[in-house]
Amino acid sequence: MMKDTLFSLLTPFGPSGQEGPIAAAIAEMIRPHADELRTDAMGNLIAVRHGPGKRIMFCAHMDQIGYIVLDADKEGFLRVSNVGGVNPASAGFRHVVFQNGVTGVIACEPLADDKPGIEKLYIDVGADSREKALEIAPIGTMAVIAHQASQMGDHVAAPYMDDRAACAVLVELLKALGKPKHEIIAVFTVQEEVGVRGATTAAYSVQPDFGLAIDVTPAGGVPKCDPPLPAKVGKGPAVKVKDSGSISTPVVRDGLVAAAKRAGIAFQYEVLPYGGTDARAIMVSRGGVPSGTLSIPCRYVHSPVETVSVRDMEECVRLLKVWAEEIVE
Amino acid sequence: MLLKELTACRGVSGSEGEIRARLKALAEERGGVCTVDRMGNLIARKDGGDASAPHVLLAAHMDEVGLIVTGVRDDGLLRYKPVGGIDPRVMVSKPVLLGDGRVPGVIGAKAIHLQSEADRDRVLDHDQLYIDIGAKAKAEAEKLCPPGTYAVFDSPPESFGEGMVVSRALDDRIGCLTLLSALSHGYRGHMICAFTVQEEVGLRGAKVLGHYLEHDLVIVLETTAANDVGDVPFEKQVCGVKKGVVISHMDATSIAHPRLRSVMESIAASAGIPHQPKRYLSGGNDAGALQRAGEAKPAVVLSVPCRYIHSPASVAAEMDIQAQADLTNAFLDALPTAWAEICK
Repeated sequence: MMKDTLFSLLTPFGPSGQEGPIAAAIAEMIRPHADELRTDAMGNLIAVRHGPGKRIMFCAHMDQIGYIVLDADKEGFLRVSNVGGVNPASAGFRHVVFQNGVTGVIACEPLADDKPGIEKLYIDVGADSREKALEIAPIGTMAVIAHQASQMGDHVAAPYMDDRAACAVLVELLKALGKPKHEIIAVFTVQEEVGVRGATTAAYSVQPDFGLAIDVTPAGGVPKCDPPLPAKVGKGPAVKVKDSGSISTPVVRDGLVAAAKRAGIAFQYEVLPYGGTDARAIMVSRGGVPSGTLSIPCRYVHSPVETVSVRDMEECVRLLKVWAEEIVE
Repeated sequence: MLLKELTACRGVSGSEGEIRARLKALAEERGGVCTVDRMGNLIARKDGGDASAPHVLLAAHMDEVGLIVTGVRDDGLLRYKPVGGIDPRVMVSKPVLLGDGRVPGVIGAKAIHLQSEADRDRVLDHDQLYIDIGAKAKAEAEKLCPPGTYAVFDSPPESFGEGMVVSRALDDRIGCLTLLSALSHGYRGHMICAFTVQEEVGLRGAKVLGHYLEHDLVIVLETTAANDVGDVPFEKQVCGVKKGVVISHMDATSIAHPRLRSVMESIAASAGIPHQPKRYLSGGNDAGALQRAGEAKPAVVLSVPCRYIHSPASVAAEMDIQAQADLTNAFLDALPTAWAEICK
């Protein structure tokens, strides 16, 4: 069940570079559905389902944005930097959790006329000295926003929907595939949020004929959305045309659209004036790989209340299954 | 002092010929078998004979930040652009050396007597500065220093204080020095020491290297900005001079391989080598390219804290430089047995 899979992927820890716990959780989940399962030196989890045809690489990134401890001041407050795209203006006053289960809160110095910046943020772990704080959370340890979910009809809001929603889609796709006509390589990538680093090395070693990233995309249809974005939550999977990192290869983009039409799946086009996905790395790997992205529309991306539609996610699985079975050169 | 010899050589990104020739001779003296690739990277290999030991790549960049002449004005003054990141505030009134002939020049600006109040509040950018080589007119200047001529600050390396060294280009001749030390020390298996080019303009040499070298892991030897001066609060000092070699968790271009990093830390601890974490997130280095070229490789960065980095007078401590070499050599000794733990 999509919702169960999603919820079990919304809790494991895994900021960029420290994806161990989420990788272990996904490996456990997909082991029965993979002919081969391996991890590379970056930490990418690579699952293979053998088939006779083309090599198709699907990927969803496991990592989440978070914070890294740089030091503590003498009063015991941890000073941090961001891991990935944190918006300092809305980051303060949240519950956070470390890999070892330690909890704390991230707060922000009074800003007055200052611009919000990452150096204004600090994590309070209840310590009263530098030594005590660094004993609780040593330099280099990472923290993420603590999990909390709201179910709102078909919509679910939680942190790290980016990109655990896509991980859930990829897990469900592996379960749904029968005997594949093509060689399916499902990669759960690391370090996407710091510059598509995991997908870079995974694409090199996998050497796919086609690449397909699954990711969330910022959804329009919310008050005063600026710039206006065409993709909306609940209106089906979004076929990416372009973002700042890649222009989807027409054969992949049109193939997804054709698959949606054949299967009678409502879909949307997505054109994003910023951002990027793992497709950016796969596309320029070695001699070039025809690649694209299927997006799950998501409200409030990179906030603690990233909101997606479970039905959109189910439709993504259905669309990708049809595409993977019917892909032709 | 070998470091002084290395910093005396010029090697601004894209014109590393002088420093490369010196490093090649020094690497060969230490048993390195050298090749130079089409980017200009110098690769020194030394094989200890044990084929079962992992192939280790040690990398340091030999290029340095500097200036390049972009044009000559009618009055004989040279326009320039920085090569790599140089703060315009460090430029004014500095002597420089241009080209292979080491033509002396100075970076000029309006004398204080002639400055308005507004002038004094303003930082002159590179576009508003020029290099004066004492030429009277365009033709004379162009003959001595045509566009494309590289320049470095004229700031000879010196020892000062207690065990401190000041020079330009400590970033990253210190790392080059550590590679030479590793070549002398030796390794049981196959060791590749790469002196890379064009790091300061975007890890360009390393990007190429990573795709053709056959290695199992990467150690990058670098310098990193220390801000342990003045009234900077402790938690914003990044790292401290005389506090040992820096083992980074993360910077702008890479996140260290967690197990390789922790193995490095425990080797430093058990060998009693002074070491410290990096307490700020800034800067990037060749690890960003080498970790992710081809299939992924475990990578970690060992840096020497360096004050006033990228300036004519960067400052480092001999004990930190020694700690970088000691940790690198201790790691080489431990690697064949530690490899299983790193790969776990």
